[in-house]
Amino acid sequence: MPEPESPASSPERRPLVTPTRVVAAVCLVAPFVAMLWVSSYARIEPRLAGVPFFYWYQMLWVPVSTALTAVAYMLVRREQRARKGGVAQ
Amino acid sequence: MSRLASPAALAAGAHGGVNGVTLAVFVFFFLAVTVMGFLAARWRKAEQSASLDEWGLGGRSFGTWITWFLLGGDLYTAYTFVAVPAAIYAAGASGFFAVPYTILVYPLIFTFLPRLWSVSHKHGYVTTSDFVRGRFGSKGLSLAMALTGILATMPYIALQLVGIQAVLDVMGVGGGEHTNWFVKDLPLLIAFAVLAAYTYSSGLRAPALIAFVKDGLIYLVLAVAIIYIPVKLGGFGHIFDAAGKALAQPGAVPGKPRGELASGPHNQWAYATLALGSALALFMYPHSITATLSSRSRNVIRRNTTILPLYSLMLGFLALLGFMAIKAGTDIQGNPQLAVPQLFEDMFPSWFAGVAFAAIGIGALVPAAIMSIAAANLFTRNVYKDFLRPEATAEQEHKVAKLVSLLLKFGALAFVLTMDKTVAINFQLLGGIWILQTMPALVGGLFTRWFHRWALLLGWAVGMIYGTLAAYGVASPTQAHFGGSSAEIPGIGEIGYIGLTAFVLNVAVAVVFTFALKAAKAPEGTDETSPADYTADLGDADATTTDLPPATAKAPAGH
Repeated sequence: MPEPESPASSPERRPLVTPTRVVAAVCLVAPFVAMLWVSSYARIEPRLAGVPFFYWYQMLWVPVSTALTAVAYMLVRREQRARKGGVAQ
Repeated sequence: MSRLASPAALAAGAHGGVNGVTLAVFVFFFLAVTVMGFLAARWRKAEQSASLDEWGLGGRSFGTWITWFLLGGDLYTAYTFVAVPAAIYAAGASGFFAVPYTILVYPLIFTFLPRLWSVSHKHGYVTTSDFVRGRFGSKGLSLAMALTGILATMPYIALQLVGIQAVLDVMGVGGGEHTNWFVKDLPLLIAFAVLAAYTYSSGLRAPALIAFVKDGLIYLVLAVAIIYIPVKLGGFGHIFDAAGKALAQPGAVPGKPRGELASGPHNQWAYATLALGSALALFMYPHSITATLSSRSRNVIRRNTTILPLYSLMLGFLALLGFMAIKAGTDIQGNPQLAVPQLFEDMFPSWFAGVAFAAIGIGALVPAAIMSIAAANLFTRNVYKDFLRPEATAEQEHKVAKLVSLLLKFGALAFVLTMDKTVAINFQLLGGIWILQTMPALVGGLFTRWFHRWALLLGWAVGMIYGTLAAYGVASPTQAHFGGSSAEIPGIGEIGYIGLTAFVLNVAVAVVFTFALKAAKAPEGTDETSPADYTADLGDADATTTDLPPATAKAPAGH
């Protein structure tokens, strides 16, 4: 893993909004935008192995959103460690 | 469907007759989980077991994998397995909202529930109402939350029975229309008596252990179904072509087709609001909270949000079974709920049909157990202890909760046996709308103490009343009231999920009256929590300020 951002490790008053947190938030919000924007995927073509777009696209978002949540998890945990342990790594 | 018109075309023995092999396999699995359920009491047993923490939360000791099975067994119920493909079978695309719904649940859990876990861990809260009482110092608000939770959970338990019934009917052991009621319902009675007995003795450990079997079976059945059935039916291309044609036929509403293959422009609001509203509602249900609080640490919850979506993928495939039932011309005897069980019976060899039915049957027992435990926790903590016996000891709480879980289950059983199935379905639909109205107090409370307790109570009442009335007003071709969960959104004019509209109204009222009550200097309750409680984790002696063992050599000398 590369070096974590330095601002998170400063012992002074920590900012509530950090770049890490912004990225994590974007990861968590993205599925909402994608899934609630129904008109972006409400069509039959292109089919995948006979399955209409409507269905395979939404099912594709299951692994995509999982990956995004996993990224958010790693970011949050990294920041927590950095805060708790002073300078990490 | 063509098959409906020609009952003679049905395979002999598909209805009426009992397939011995199928039944034997089903009974075998059922007995196996019964034994497991009773043995569960001894699994990871703690020294001091006669408390609500032990019985009702498994000692808050579950790690990542047990929590995964428990939450998976909990959120994806037998009713889901039956109802989602049934909705797809009946109307096509609109039933698929279950997939975006379960996608959206996890980012929400990731954001909200670790905070709830921390504050509950710190203060020994067992239910969300415990938290609301502690945060806002309001027993009234806490009681409103508890009653909503119990009310919303009851029909949910009843629907698990409907799931078992569907399986028993297809197996032919549900009895015909002409057998007397006792013989007809005997298998269901036995299944439920067994469930009640081991939940009583083992608490949350029983469903946690049984969930392993349930999910193992479900994954196995689904993996087979998703490969085997399409091959038999000539591939997904053929399945969707047949489904598209069938859905374009005139449906129950005059002048409109039965359904559509992709959500049309007039149904997209309903689709999106249903997905969002259901996702918000799902983790407000007492049973999801109970399973979450039983985990060992914050990170167990967060890690689970990255592995639980495997179930969503499964649900997506499962939903497609509805289309396969259309293509296969499955005879549903006018009840779409039978689509999947009947498809399995028609398609699979009889022994494997037994495995599939066992998966659905056991799939009903796990959530029913967790739901009754969760509702019993609510009653014990927030009605019995707060209002009836404030001096109750941990042992008395434990005893009351066990009894209440029994009562709740038999209440649900009576509900299913005496009333029409549609009543349970209507109530479940209302339950979703109701439970969503507890969200402002809970989630609002987790992040801010800005809201005034009375404003939250008022918002809750408005949301409950609006939601109930609006749902009452929805007619369908078969029902004059409670015909669905979507209605026109006032001011927007599109059709949307009633629960979400009620929720927005609820929040608006809470915000406006918080301003008003603050201006009038209405008394605020005392808050027994402190900001650090919301991020506390396992092993933290004193909230977040405590350092974990530092990871570097530059660590301070002592701590």
